[in-house]
Amino acid sequence: MKNRRLTTVILMAVALVFLSAVTASGYFWKEAALATDFSRKDLSPSIAFLFGTDWMGRDMFVRTIVGLSLSIRIGLLTAAASAVLAFLMGTAAAVMGKKTDSLICGLIDVIMGIPHILLLILISYACGRGFWGVVVGVSLTHWTSLARLIRGEVLQLKESNYIRIAERLGHSRWYIAFRHMAPCLFPQFAVGLVLLFPHAILHEASITFLGFGLSPEQPAIGVILSESMQYLAMGKWWLALFPGILLLVTVLMFHFIGQGLVRLVNPGSAQE
Amino acid sequence: MKREEKFPVLKKEGQWRAFGLFAGKQIVRMAALLFLVSIAAFFLLSISPVDPLKTNVGQAALGSMTDEQIAKLEQYWGVGVPMTERFLSWAGDLLRGDMGISLLYRRPVIQVIGEKLSNSLWLMAAAWLLSGTAGFLLGILAGKKRGGLLDRFVTGYSLVMASTPAFWIAMVLLMVFAVWLKILPVGFSIPVGMSAEEAGIGERIVHAILPAAALSLTGISNIALQTREKMVEVMESDYVLFARARGDSERSIVWRHGIRNVALPALTLQFASVSEIFGGSVLVEQVFSYPGLGQAAIAAGLGSDVPLLLGITIISAAIVFAGNTAASLLYGIVDPRIRRGGRKG
Repeated sequence: MKNRRLTTVILMAVALVFLSAVTASGYFWKEAALATDFSRKDLSPSIAFLFGTDWMGRDMFVRTIVGLSLSIRIGLLTAAASAVLAFLMGTAAAVMGKKTDSLICGLIDVIMGIPHILLLILISYACGRGFWGVVVGVSLTHWTSLARLIRGEVLQLKESNYIRIAERLGHSRWYIAFRHMAPCLFPQFAVGLVLLFPHAILHEASITFLGFGLSPEQPAIGVILSESMQYLAMGKWWLALFPGILLLVTVLMFHFIGQGLVRLVNPGSAQE
Repeated sequence: MKREEKFPVLKKEGQWRAFGLFAGKQIVRMAALLFLVSIAAFFLLSISPVDPLKTNVGQAALGSMTDEQIAKLEQYWGVGVPMTERFLSWAGDLLRGDMGISLLYRRPVIQVIGEKLSNSLWLMAAAWLLSGTAGFLLGILAGKKRGGLLDRFVTGYSLVMASTPAFWIAMVLLMVFAVWLKILPVGFSIPVGMSAEEAGIGERIVHAILPAAALSLTGISNIALQTREKMVEVMESDYVLFARARGDSERSIVWRHGIRNVALPALTLQFASVSEIFGGSVLVEQVFSYPGLGQAAIAAGLGSDVPLLLGITIISAAIVFAGNTAASLLYGIVDPRIRRGGRKG
């Protein structure tokens, strides 16, 4: 391993290409994923149909890719929303005084106290189920740990000399927060954001699998897996196995990108 | 000289008093959080646009009913009563131990939860113990030799498990052991067609093997990774270097320095992981049609059974908080800095 950074960058690039390819092809194959053909139903995997076909003759490979593409897009949306929320909450807790701090910390405790899946069910129910139930649910439940991290970081920054000098110079709180603190927080924030994706995607898939998320007409990965459940006992293993593996690969790719980012941001690892 | 210094026993008593205070604070905090959780859950369920009548009775059936019947049904499902009023009456009943009547099961919520929880509880307890011990051992072995073959295997396994939804692991296990090898049952907690009284403990255990295995397999990753991290830290510390220089065997180093230092954080983490085990059990129970609390929660959510969903939220939050409180009390017993108040974990 001559240059760790180079391998990291290459790995990240591969992961990025894979994810963009999946997302883009899902866009173009939307119609193909819904096409049914009863002359080719229940085929086990072959060269022509890599992942086999289901009981309506739909190509499982195409369905899986389209479902993953949908999941990735929802994951990006919710992780981004969660991260913004985490940033605002974490900074507010650290900067806006003791009352806000204990309020936000209490809120974090309450959110973390309800088992995650149950909270997702509750929020999805509150939103009347469906697409927005998932998006709102996943966005509102993933910000807590990142917010805690940012809060700690800001509290530490507040004690540092250059922030104190800025305070003495009479700059306003928000000016200091955005001009002096935000650049310092950005690396941590970016890493936290990327590492939120895997969680967001997995929870989206789980809640959809349970029947609270996207409607059954959409080829979401959770819908595919929950439909395949009914055919498991009949020995149609390919309906569940391949979509699951591809979901696993997708989540791992996000993880690699996140870890790569950690390595690149942390200067100490350059010499490893 | 102060009295405490002369008599170490007295000092110890003082410490226990401080610990009692600390424990009391933790329990009060837990009760307050539980109250907040119930408000939050009630609020979420109240703002829902889901019409309980339409989901449970059906549009077609509603159309053929008289206004009188509809009004009666509306009263049954609690439509049209203001939120705060409903919350106060619900919370008042809750304090008296009454969680209302489940709309789906048509029985008191307490009864339904008690029955389902007894199914789930030992499933979760088994998974909690199994994943805890296995994860701890794997973490120790992996951290003992950083970068070794076993370390790579354990980190790789944990990463893959953390990236896999629990329900998919359950499905794979079901495909392999129930459908393909046919050595374990496909689902449920007792054989199909058998009543709960007829089923023996052996049958129940056979039916719980796969769900418990699925839960444990995913639960291992977190504890293994954390234990490995700590273990690596310990093995690279100065005191281990000194022990090596002194000629201690690898075994005694791991036993005396490694496990001693790593055990407590691992135990704390395991107590705090109750929430994840519960979440996993919801998914796994769904795959195996295991009649536990998680499945009841899904049924309540899909069937708009608000009293049952509220009850399950409260009970599960209480279990999670009990786990967290146990974790911080454990830390308090061993770490005097935390016991004396000041900073919290």
